[in-house]
Amino acid sequence: MNASIAITTTPSRSNGDRAFRWLVGGCAALVALALLGAALSMAWGGREAFATFGWKFLISTDWDAVNHRFGALVPVIGTLVTALIAMLIAVPVSFGIALFLTEVAPAWLRAPVASAIELLAGIPSIIYGMWGLFVFAPFMAAHVDPWIDAHLGSLPAIGIFFSGPPLGLGMLTAGIVLAIMVIPFISSVMREVFLTVPARLKESAYALGSTTWEVAWHIVLPYTRQAVIGGVFLGLGRALGETMAVTFVLGNAHQLTASLLMPGNSIAAVIANEFTEADSELYRSSLIALGFLLFVVTFAVLVVARLMLRQMERKQGRA
Amino acid sequence: MNISEKLYRRRRLRNAAALALSGCATVFGLFWLLWILWTTLVNGAHALNPALFTHSTPPPGESGGLANALFGSLLISALALAIGAPIGVLAGTWLAEYARRGRLGEFIRFLNDILLSAPSIVLGLFVYALVVKPAGHFSAFAGALALALIVLPIVVRTCDEMLQLVPNAMREAALSLGVPQWKVTVQILWRSARPGIVTGILLALARISGETAPLLFTALNNQYWTAKLDAPMASVPVAIFQFAMSPYEDWHALAWAGALVVTVFVLLLSLAARWYLRRAHVAHD
Repeated sequence: MNASIAITTTPSRSNGDRAFRWLVGGCAALVALALLGAALSMAWGGREAFATFGWKFLISTDWDAVNHRFGALVPVIGTLVTALIAMLIAVPVSFGIALFLTEVAPAWLRAPVASAIELLAGIPSIIYGMWGLFVFAPFMAAHVDPWIDAHLGSLPAIGIFFSGPPLGLGMLTAGIVLAIMVIPFISSVMREVFLTVPARLKESAYALGSTTWEVAWHIVLPYTRQAVIGGVFLGLGRALGETMAVTFVLGNAHQLTASLLMPGNSIAAVIANEFTEADSELYRSSLIALGFLLFVVTFAVLVVARLMLRQMERKQGRA
Repeated sequence: MNISEKLYRRRRLRNAAALALSGCATVFGLFWLLWILWTTLVNGAHALNPALFTHSTPPPGESGGLANALFGSLLISALALAIGAPIGVLAGTWLAEYARRGRLGEFIRFLNDILLSAPSIVLGLFVYALVVKPAGHFSAFAGALALALIVLPIVVRTCDEMLQLVPNAMREAALSLGVPQWKVTVQILWRSARPGIVTGILLALARISGETAPLLFTALNNQYWTAKLDAPMASVPVAIFQFAMSPYEDWHALAWAGALVVTVFVLLLSLAARWYLRRAHVAHD
């Protein structure tokens, strides 16, 4: 009642409120439009490639600009393999860092080390790429690749993954650089949620005689499981879509090999390297179609990540 | 007796091993940070000279600087902030003030979180389809728009969070004096959330100043000094990419100098943002 009287007596005021409400609401709608527009524009831009190659686009290893035959399999596998290597390294290391910064380190050490790790996240990816190309790849070629080839390359069954010339550039190098890039993201999510575990839970376990490791493994990790998975998927989304760092160290080779020491390609790297040089509509359309695939995959991964993190927030709200 | 002692020892050993490994993991993380920063510092410092800021990017084999790229980066970033930040603040205001609870607000918040971590190269492709292709040529404006899409979700999120932290008593006090809601928002809530919002904008600037992928096929590159927004424009990250991938030694040196400038700028910016936020907090108390 009162509200309606106020509105009728002061029309100018309510008009201002209404206009402001529309303005801010419209801006919020732009956020949704940006995401929707990105998806639609790439599906539209890639339609020529999808129409020409059909489902074969996904399983073909062709990449022939002269004869206009394109397939997504090589870059898709490159993207998945490098991201997988990155996660294999980054997840345990991030867990270790989060554990160290919440349970092990003396209090005076925690804040500075946490900020230093977060600085890693702020370094632009092109710097990682340059470092990878000029410093890390030669290091791998000189010291790591020969060792892997000699010791792991001759093993039965898994040997084919680890044999190859010591080029320095390749899947393994790209995976390691990606791991370094996503460690700060995953570890800072883990650290933040580890801090939210109620002290009484941990203290109860300590009172029963648990060791620090047992508290971390049996109390902290189960309590924060959803958010930890969310953080891991957040890192995975980043690793899948990362462009510059991978472009520098992957070697830009359109070939399918089992060996992790061989150069390869990833979706983002192909687009970055070739988009401005694409000389036919079909070529460009194929690159946009690759972008669409990347968008769909990262979208799915990020949806999982956010849902997991959100559930954790709800849990906190209730607790 | 003996068995329980054995068990106890094994548990202690496992604990010690796990904690030692966690320490190693932290050293591992810090090790890369130091290695990367050290490399950038050493190589960049070698190549740093006044010509970097006064000369334009050279053709192969000649000496030059990055003046046009630095100018381009500043212009494109400023334009990106000018587009992205106001929209972000307004959208964040809607989330915090008009849709704090409820399905629609949650949905937009969710989409914003996804946009926040969407691959930046995809945003570049989007702007290519939206602006570059219809216009028929690459342009600095398109580059700014692509970066604005990165600025937007960062600002939306910080603005939303910061406004939610403003005590409700402040809204109630102002509304009870008969102030219209939009004025309450603009003159009271924004003002009290300002340190947080400014921090968000600074962090967004730090994020876009090293961003390369979305500029590759929007702003492209330009060997010459230009201030025309509807023409290709050089930027530091794209120049670094071009020079680092080239076979020429002196181009590599320029790339390292650019890398050092960008890294120092980004790190100083994020430190400044933190310092500003902390100072504002202290002042409030």
